[in-house]
Amino acid sequence: MRTQSPEAELPFVDQPLVLGQRQFRSRLIVGTGKYRDFAETRAAVEASGAEIVTVAIRRTNLGQNPDEPNLLDFLPPERFTILPNTAGCYTAEEAVRTLRLARELLDGHNLVKLEVLGDPNTLFPNMVETLKAAEQLVAEGFDVMAYCSDDPILAKRLEAIGCVAVMPLASLIGSGMGILNPWNLRLIIEQASVPVIVDAGVGTASDAAIAMELGCDAVLMNTAIAHAKQPVLMAHAMRRAVEAGRAAYLAGRMPRKAYSADPSSPISGLIGR
Amino acid sequence: MANTPSTLTLRLNGAPEQVPVGTTVAALLERHGWLGKRVAVERNGAIVPKSAYEATILCDGDVLEIVVAVGGG
Repeated sequence: MRTQSPEAELPFVDQPLVLGQRQFRSRLIVGTGKYRDFAETRAAVEASGAEIVTVAIRRTNLGQNPDEPNLLDFLPPERFTILPNTAGCYTAEEAVRTLRLARELLDGHNLVKLEVLGDPNTLFPNMVETLKAAEQLVAEGFDVMAYCSDDPILAKRLEAIGCVAVMPLASLIGSGMGILNPWNLRLIIEQASVPVIVDAGVGTASDAAIAMELGCDAVLMNTAIAHAKQPVLMAHAMRRAVEAGRAAYLAGRMPRKAYSADPSSPISGLIGR
Repeated sequence: MANTPSTLTLRLNGAPEQVPVGTTVAALLERHGWLGKRVAVERNGAIVPKSAYEATILCDGDVLEIVVAVGGG
């Protein structure tokens, strides 16, 4: 099933999302974890319109039948840009080793999602290790998209190191709590010269729209779609939300006013006066 | 796990494994059905490129990681 391209629905042609040397039309990046099976994963990815999908790198299960279906059979790298992550890594060293393996696994593909965790309960990022890993990976020729806290100073630092995107959390991974600190996000967006992608914390479509209205360049999500009651329908909603938020951002919202004495309907020509 | 003169012991994905002396990375992958599948191999902390599977002969005490892509965010 081939869904309509974003341009077909928007009354204008948007700038592409640029990540290193690569360009994308979709501004929604989706994860592939927590689905019931690979068929549901694929259906949700299709409905989301995403061109980039994240994957994790894990040890082969040596007891398992090697002929069992593989995720990449359902999401072929020829069709989707596969974004390997370092989820579950707690040190720079583990993250760098994982992504070197990923690059080998994906035939030299160098666009990666760096994520170094600091705490198993909150999955909050360890920014000290993240910065260390980012330096190493950039030096080794990776295009690094870095998951980070919503600290504008550290986001700037990641950019200075050479990351191709900074990806601040909206709220904790898997929490679905939405955007807890739009002010920090706005600061990060205002100063950034690489794409800012909200990664983690989106719970429903309005959260994604708000992120895009704030001026984020893209949104990355997994659980909000995979743990919806109907994941494919939620993927559809997220696609529309990201497109709507992007269009609203570009259109430029009206200024907020505490009250208005300027109704939308004419004030003259009323009957009976 | 004690080696006989003709075996050596690896640590493969965190578990000990005995293989015949002279086993290559390609043979190890074959043994587990992973040869030709989309996997990547790290040996003692360094990547073994696909092009080196046949030529890389394993040594006693080698630490190997064999990975695949799985669903994740």
